[in-house]
Amino acid sequence: MRDARLDRRALVAEILERRGDAAVVAGLGSAAWDCHAAGDSPLNFYFWGAMGGAAMLGLGVALARPTRRVLVVTGDAELLMGVGSLATIAAQAPSNLALLVLDNEAFGETGRQAGLTGKNTDIAAIARGAGIASAFTVGGEVEVGSAGLNVQEGSAETDIDAPAATLAATLFEEEGPVLCVAKVALGAEPDSYPPRDGVLLQARFRAALAGD
Amino acid sequence: MSTVNDPDISPQRDADGSDGSDWGERVYRSLPDLGIRHVATVPDAGLGRFLELCEADPAIRLITLTTEEEGIALACGTWLGGELAAVAIQSSGVGNIVNMLALPNVCRIPCLLLVSMRGEAEERNPWQVPVGRTVPDLLTALGVEVFRPESASGVAAAFAEAAARAQEAGRPAAVLVGQHIIGAKSFVGGDG
Repeated sequence: MRDARLDRRALVAEILERRGDAAVVAGLGSAAWDCHAAGDSPLNFYFWGAMGGAAMLGLGVALARPTRRVLVVTGDAELLMGVGSLATIAAQAPSNLALLVLDNEAFGETGRQAGLTGKNTDIAAIARGAGIASAFTVGGEVEVGSAGLNVQEGSAETDIDAPAATLAATLFEEEGPVLCVAKVALGAEPDSYPPRDGVLLQARFRAALAGD
Repeated sequence: MSTVNDPDISPQRDADGSDGSDWGERVYRSLPDLGIRHVATVPDAGLGRFLELCEADPAIRLITLTTEEEGIALACGTWLGGELAAVAIQSSGVGNIVNMLALPNVCRIPCLLLVSMRGEAEERNPWQVPVGRTVPDLLTALGVEVFRPESASGVAAAFAEAAARAQEAGRPAAVLVGQHIIGAKSFVGGDG
């Protein structure tokens, strides 16, 4: 099977370009750098720690602000550390919550140690088992997703624009909860650090949502 | 065990003569005034009445968690969305929330915990003791303001006080409901 792993920076940029007024919660590490590189916004909340908390923080925002679309962007290991969150989210069934898991099958921030999704673990399958019916994988060795996305071998690895647009439509418009695992390459993206002042991050994020 | 804040907030007996043993109902009834619509929990028998009332109330969303640290992140999320949430857990669950407390601490997000205690006097399950006996000191060390009502009639007042202090200071606060209020779990028929 040919490798169709996606370029995470380009993918996140293409998706967030289509975010409208969605709130974005970025898990710690590369996912946060990707979201920051795509363009900082008061509607972005970035984790610098508290690994495993991104999905639940996203759920909290989604429940408190039911008219606001919320997208959680995080890594495979961050999601797995809080994997029970998938069951919690499924039970609450927030229609305005989507999750994008950038799966590089490694602990990218700590020295690229091998992660569990490169072995036998399939996050989309776990999510479906937890009760999130709309959960699928794009990129890599690809399966067909609920949104009809199918990045076939050799078809899309060099031109992600079309799948990114379809994926963005799914993440921002499909009735949630929705979870997409994007198999991404283990690249060497330049640093793009958001502010690490937690008070600044929360205050501007909260203020940006205050008018809902 | 030392705590930074250990008030006996209300008298042993209320003006109406109640001994306050319906503390779970009183805390539940205080939720609207505190603006709390979201209650996250890993259930515990000691919280039974409170959780039962929350679950039966369509105005309250009861969010069952798989593990307690989820509740910290969830409560931070609801607050970012403009709403204070309550996280109702057993003392053993305090051991699970340790690193997640970085989120409300660094970001100065109010976070309100209602903790039913195990591991105190008359505990008959030794597995409850290591974290249970450490909870007040652990929470204090982690930057959580701790309230320990001395009697059942003081629980609701302590809960309201903790909610106020959490929001005024932008920090987590916890109300510990002791086993002297809840009663110790019996293990009749077991070997414990």
